[in-house]
Amino acid sequence: MVDKVRTTDRVTGERIAKYLSEGKRFDGRGPLDFRKIIVEKGISKKAEGSVRVKLGETEVIVGVKLGIGEPYPDSPNKGNFMVTAELLPLSSPRFENGPPKFEAIELGRVVDRGLRESGFIDFEKLCIKEGEKVWTVFVDVYSINDGGNLMDAAALGAIIALKIAKLPKYDEEQNKIVFELTNKPIPITDIIPIPVSVHKVGDAFLVDPTREEEDLSKTRVTIGISNGIISSVQKSNSESLSIDEMKKVFEIANEVSKKTLKELQKYF
Amino acid sequence: MDRKVVIPGEEIATGEDYLPGEGTEKREGKIFALKFGLAEEQNNLIKVIPLSGNYQPRRGNTVIGEVENINSAGWFISIGASDSAFLSMNEVPRFVNKDAMDEVFEIGDVVCAKIWSMSKRGIDLSVKGRGLGKIKEGIIFYINPNKVPRVIGKEGSMIKLIKDETDCDINIGQNGAIHIRGENVEKELFAKKAIEFVTQKSFIEGLTEEVTKWLEENKK
Repeated sequence: MVDKVRTTDRVTGERIAKYLSEGKRFDGRGPLDFRKIIVEKGISKKAEGSVRVKLGETEVIVGVKLGIGEPYPDSPNKGNFMVTAELLPLSSPRFENGPPKFEAIELGRVVDRGLRESGFIDFEKLCIKEGEKVWTVFVDVYSINDGGNLMDAAALGAIIALKIAKLPKYDEEQNKIVFELTNKPIPITDIIPIPVSVHKVGDAFLVDPTREEEDLSKTRVTIGISNGIISSVQKSNSESLSIDEMKKVFEIANEVSKKTLKELQKYF
Repeated sequence: MDRKVVIPGEEIATGEDYLPGEGTEKREGKIFALKFGLAEEQNNLIKVIPLSGNYQPRRGNTVIGEVENINSAGWFISIGASDSAFLSMNEVPRFVNKDAMDEVFEIGDVVCAKIWSMSKRGIDLSVKGRGLGKIKEGIIFYINPNKVPRVIGKEGSMIKLIKDETDCDINIGQNGAIHIRGENVEKELFAKKAIEFVTQKSFIEGLTEEVTKWLEENKK
């Protein structure tokens, strides 16, 4: 049997690839255009920060939760950070219930790496008592509908959710979190790691694929980039890229990230 | 009785005068809906035309589906119904080499076929007939199978209108899969948009005029 549930049949796939080789896409966008980013803030009352992000048909929910924990031995003065992604069966016939599979784990880790390595969060300010107590930031990603490019939608959602999240009140004497929000935001910096997933379909490069285009994609490179500084790179899928192609991918990522940042700043 | 929207479990009529038809059930002298849809009465027979749900296969339907698996006797085709559909090699109007079945239809190929028999064991398909067989090029997309009658229109009026205006070959499977083939991709996409417009507006009266207007407005 087929190992992966395909949602795009071969015939339609050939048409998409042919059309794309002329530089056109089925929904009328150019190859380097993002779909409109729609963000709805504060959708969960119990989370410290939550957003719903829509990219065309794609929809994800991202929530930020804070807890108190012990720091890791190699970073006694830094807060902890954890990203978990769950691809719900309701979002696509390709996803099934049960422990997270490759795609969900990859999604969580790529979002995690982009945010962590860029310096978006000032982890040292999340320290309460060195070596003993620090804040732990949990970011949870849930897919509601998979219309392609869950990766970028999740990472964009995580950025805004962290930006609007407020620290809960911490009672030091009782060593307990009082679930009552303060006005203090999570210590974040001006460095915003914009995620850009560049896909290669046929010989053409494109960003923000729809489900059909993502089915056809042989290579994906996800780059976390802020003001031209690359903080994370993840290369997925089976096909290889030449050095020249990789350079082109970086150029595309840089160009697209500027446009995306402008779109995203509306919601800060 | 006028047509009205009902939900499963809703009482449609009371009394022994009425007979339960498709999508309804008779309990203690009352007729209840089993499906979400439009309730309709004809000669005391009450039936519900479903507005949502999966494809319910019928004998004689033309369907479009993808080859899922191959065995020594034929091909398994997924047509979006609860039962699996089987295309026997006897129902292919050409020579089939038993050692190279995938030369005829490969896994992943899209096939247009007709349901020629249905039994408890499953659905039997056939590709004997005009316009049936492997789909080689074009765009395939899926709509809600319950809206297929609206897209086709009365005696095919709606689909003829769209075909004429867009110069495309349009092939509709009763299971909601639609195959469009035209001169170029732009025309195919235009036809696709037109059909999606029909499915969105499927509830309004005078749909044909509305579609004519839309086609004229959006034609380049």
